[in-house]
Order: sequence, then C-alpha cells, then structure tokens
Amino acid sequence: MSSVLTTSILMLTILGVVLAVILYVVAQKFKVEEDPRIDEVEALLPGANCGGCGYPGCRGLADALVKADDISAIFCPVGGNETMRKVAAILGKAVEDKDPQIAVVRCSGSPQNRTRVVEYNGISSCKFASTLYSGDTGCQFGCLGLGDCVAVCKFDAIYIDPVSLLPVIDEEKCTACGACVKACPKLLIELRKKGPKGKRIFVSCMNTDKGGVARKYCSVACIGCFKCVKVCPYEAITLENNLAYIDANKCKLCRKCVEECPTDSILEVNFPPRKPKVEEQAQNAVTS
Amino acid sequence: MLKTFKKGGVHPPENKISAAQPVEVLPLPAKVIIPLSQHIGAPAEAMVAKGDRVKTGQLIAKSAGFVSANIHSTVSGIVESLEPVMDSSGYKRPAITINVEGDDWEPSVDRSPNLKKEITLSAQDIIKKIAEAGIVGLGGATFPTHVKLSVPAGKKAEMLVINGVECEPFLTSDHRLMLEKGHELMIGIQILMKALNVPKAMVGIEANKPDAVSHLQSLAKSYSGIEVQPLKVKYPQGGEKQLIKALTGREVPSGGLPIDIGAVVHNVGTALAVYEAVQKNKPLVERIVTVTGKNLAHPSNFLVRIGTPVSALIAAAGGLPDDTGKVVSGGPMMGKAVSSIDVPVTKGTSGILVIPAAESKRKPEGVCIRCAKCVSVCPMGLEPYLLYRLGQRMQYSQMEVERVLDCMECGSCSFECPANLFLLDFIRLGKVEVGKIVRERKN
Repeated sequence: MSSVLTTSILMLTILGVVLAVILYVVAQKFKVEEDPRIDEVEALLPGANCGGCGYPGCRGLADALVKADDISAIFCPVGGNETMRKVAAILGKAVEDKDPQIAVVRCSGSPQNRTRVVEYNGISSCKFASTLYSGDTGCQFGCLGLGDCVAVCKFDAIYIDPVSLLPVIDEEKCTACGACVKACPKLLIELRKKGPKGKRIFVSCMNTDKGGVARKYCSVACIGCFKCVKVCPYEAITLENNLAYIDANKCKLCRKCVEECPTDSILEVNFPPRKPKVEEQAQNAVTS
Repeated sequence: MLKTFKKGGVHPPENKISAAQPVEVLPLPAKVIIPLSQHIGAPAEAMVAKGDRVKTGQLIAKSAGFVSANIHSTVSGIVESLEPVMDSSGYKRPAITINVEGDDWEPSVDRSPNLKKEITLSAQDIIKKIAEAGIVGLGGATFPTHVKLSVPAGKKAEMLVINGVECEPFLTSDHRLMLEKGHELMIGIQILMKALNVPKAMVGIEANKPDAVSHLQSLAKSYSGIEVQPLKVKYPQGGEKQLIKALTGREVPSGGLPIDIGAVVHNVGTALAVYEAVQKNKPLVERIVTVTGKNLAHPSNFLVRIGTPVSALIAAAGGLPDDTGKVVSGGPMMGKAVSSIDVPVTKGTSGILVIPAAESKRKPEGVCIRCAKCVSVCPMGLEPYLLYRLGQRMQYSQMEVERVLDCMECGSCSFECPANLFLLDFIRLGKVEVGKIVRERKN
C-alpha cells in the first residue's frame, strides 16, 4: 500500500519538475521582448478601445506612441490633451495641444422642415436604406433617421430626437472618436472644433442641389445664395456646388452669417440668446 | 418530362394577367427624361446642350468606355435641361430632359413594316452596328450587348442561348413579343448567330406560354439552326446560368461567365432590338413594357418610348388604384420599388407592377428555425442562412469564402423563408462589402 503511494508521489514530482524545466526553457527561448513603457502608456489611455485614433484599440495606440519618434501626429480623441501630455511626459516626447473636437450633424431636415413623400419599409438601418433609395423626402442628401450613428457610438453620446427624428449629440459624452462619421452613409456627420465654451457655428446642410430644388423639398436647406460668404468679415465661408462651408479655424464666431442666412440653415450652438433689436423692443412695448 | 435546371428554384404564383393583351403603342408623352446611366458600366457622355433641337433616333449621349452604351433621343423636340433627375435607383442621376414636339425621325431609320430577311453585314460590322444603336440586355440586366458579343481572346462561343423564359411572375412583355414579332425575332437570332459565328441557337421558353412555344417552333422550321425548347416552369430559370443548365446540362463554374463553357445568352427583346438595329438602322428608342397589378383596371403591354414617365403608363392602364401600396419597376421577385411614379422608363424596365397596400408591407422578422428551406431553394447552391448570419456579424471576408458573389439576388430564399428573415438584404449588402474587399486586393 505505502509503496504505491510513494511511487505515485515520486512519479508526479519527477514529472512536475521535468515539465517545469521544459516550460522554463521554452519561455526563455521564445520570450517576447516588449517595451515596459507600452504597459505604462496603456494604463494612462482611457481603455475605450473605440478606434478613434486610427489604431486597433488602446494597446495598439500605446504601441504606436512608444515606437514613433514624433508623436505630434498621433492623438487620442477620447483622452484629449490632458492624456497626451501625461503620455508625452512618460515618453519624453513633445506634443502640441489640439483643439478639442465634437461631432456635429449637418442636417436640420426634421419632419416640420421637409415633408415625407415615401414610406420606407425595410431593415431599420441607414446603410440598408441608402442602397435602396435616396431618402424618404425629396432631399437626397439629408438624414435618413434610422440611427446607424447611434448604434456605433460606444459612449452613448448620440440619440435620435423623437420630434425632429434627427440624431442629437450629447456634448458631455461625445469624445470625437469619429465612429459615427464613418457609419453615416450620407456623410452628414463632421468632427468640428468644439470652440470656446462649446460655441460653434456651422452650416447644417449637405444639399448640393441648386437653390430652387433644395428649397422646394426642405425649408432649411442651404440654397447657395452667397449671402453668408459676402457678409463674413473673416473670409471663413466658402461656397462650392451650391453649398456653403464654414472653416472653423477662420471663424471668429461673430454670428453675422447666422442672421443673414435666408433659410436658417446656419446653426449657432451654445450662444447666449440675442438681445432683441431696438425696433422689436419697441414693437413688444406697444403690444404689451 | 420537360427540361429545367436541377438545383433549387421556387414556383411563385404566376399571375400573368396581361398575357392576352396585344402590345399597344403608347401615345407620346409631353416630356421624356432620358437618364445617362441606363446600362451597366460607365454612364454615357451627353452630346447635346440645353435648347438643342433633336430628332427621334439621334445620338444624344456617347458611350464612355469599353463597357458603356450609346443613348439616342427617343422623341423629337427640344432639350429642356441636362439636370440630374430621380430615376428608378431612387437617386438623382444625370439625365437629358426633352420636350416633345411632333415625331420627326432621323431619315436614315427604315420605319417600314417590311421584313428584311437577308443579312448582308459581316460579323464585325454587325457588332459595330449594335454598339452604335446602343443596345443593352433588355431582360433587365442591361449589360451592353456589343460587349457580350465580343468574345475575349482564347475563348470560343459554341452556341447561342436565347432567353424567352420570362420566369418573373406578372410580366408578359417577352411573351407578347414572341407572339407578335416572331419573324423579326428569328432574323435577330440569326444575326446574333452570325456575329458570334455559331451554327446553333436554342430558344428556351417556359411551358406556361404554349402559344409562344408552338408559334416559334413552327417559324423555326424555316430558319436553319434555331431550336425552340419548352421548359418546366420554375423561377429563376431566366437567370443565364440556370437557363444554360436547363437547356444544355452544362454548368458555369463559380465566379465564371457563360462564355467559359462556350455559351452566350441573349434575351428575346435584345434579339428583336438587334434585328431593328442591323436590318432597319433603328437605334434602341423603345421597348415593350408590361403594366400590371391585381387592382389595376386594364393590365396591358405597351410599346413605350424610353424616357416616358411611369405615371403615363399607369394612367394608360386605367390609373393608379386608390389602395396602391407600392409601385415596382420590374417583376415582383427582383424588381425594385420606385420612390416616385415620375421616374422614367429606361432600357431595362421590363414591367411596372402596382401592388395593393395590403400586400406591399414586409412581414415582421421571426426567428430562424434552421429548416434549411433557403438552402434547398438557392439555385446557386449557397447557404443563405449562413450568409445572413455572417452579414449580421459583418464578417465579410468569410462571406467571400462562402461564395456570396455567386448570388444573383433572385430572392428565392427570402420568398421561401417561413420566418421572413431579411436574408437577401444582408446578402446584398455583403456583396457590396465583399466587392470592395476584392477591388482593394486587385489594386
């Protein structure tokens, strides 16, 4: 009885030692030399694995940051400048602060502004719908409202407004990772400079039809009238293919174009309400 | 025992309600919209400007590339605009809009009804003539015919297959064409045989058109080398690979073309257009379109000028019924719902189908019960349920391995699925994504 026990223990012990030696040798032989700083950098990154930086997940970004000599072109949109400064401190490399960005939806085509002329009956996804037709209104550039951008957002920062049926971006949550930009088959979402205190002005339209046609199907379409281009004192607005575009880097947020736009297709966000004009004040005084 | 293809297939209700209606000539509309992209390949380049006066049959847009086709004015009148107009794709695309004034044809076109039997042109001249006339596959695929006739080096055409199957339910335009234009069709087939230098042509017709089969069989006696073969009714027999299999027993290899096994397939409508182009010098300016639907007052077959708005066809067939749910361009299986009935008839429009509201909605999607009906009906031997799952998971490279590109989008799987899964939707999207992967790999 005891001999069986001792033999078993002995055999298992020998087996264990032999295997341990083999494992150790193999581990030493095939050891992957990895820069320990990759782990350190990865620990600083947000860990969202959103791919907004263009690398496969945060580990991929950490690897790229450690290997690159010049990291000024690499940026983690989720962590922002703060994270990049910390990373730079560890790696001893230089970074420049980048302006924080945010996703904006360049369409204001709510049901009030453009009437539905077709009923879509299929898979509730923009990428499917866009292979079948250009949209349920006469505008073929506008939002389909089926929420592919909502589905891809890893930060829960987009929702479809039940009244306007357009995507709304939560400023607190949006990290400008760009997933929604890629998901939108109509290319309506743009990453723009967030602006001081979140103030920004942009043309909320992507319609390149001629003015009359655009206006016929959507009351807030950009009609390419050049009024904003003319009124802008900073030459920030360009107009191509019947569609205006405001360069966020040149825009000084004077809001002149917003007032000038005849179709209200230029939006101002996070500005305090305007003071009513003198005549209007007088008007109000009379009516009250 | 009638011949048919072996693998898969379904038999939807035939509903050929307009089969007994002779082809009527639709009156000219006030305005035609001629899209520049009515064929597979590069859009044609417009050659006219706003305000130009054009004649019927005049070349107004030139073929722009190897796979592309000429486009001719289908009416006489004045070019109103070159602005993009919504076509049956649901998108606005470049088009030429012409205001109709009278019907003044190009003098070179022979419009007499006389039959011209003798084929004087050489094979090369025939192909050149077909290219000039802007003829594309009129069965619906709209592949430029002259490209199909130019057999690539190293390959040899052995036989011509003529597609008179018309397997789509409701459609009867090819049926009427075979009954009413039999002689012209036979000469057209002989022209195609000469162009390809093949001694034999087989015409496949489904057995639900016995009058067309017997009519063409009796005509074929006086034309050498043409054999008319009735086929068992089964969808999608009009697919060229299925038709070749049914008629000859040969199978086109996966990823291959019919020419790989020595066959070239053309539709009966194309053969008639070839006759008119080669013998009568008439470009492709009109085609037969079935306008049909269960609630339509007068389901009909019309000879329509290309560019005529669909609304004009529906009006001529008794107007749009009140309970219309959708209007489909093409047949019920492979056709596409149009976003507006103002879209024009194009070279590929074989039918207009008006579907009542009660039948137009998709049923809610259920759960796959793994019954494998989709697998058994797929004529290409694919596994639609698997492709659907892979599509949902966006595993496009695996979809390529599962031969998603062999799918011809016949819709048999979605038709048969008891759970109403969106099988074809995911497969179609997968084809687009896999196409992108393949193109990237080539570059």
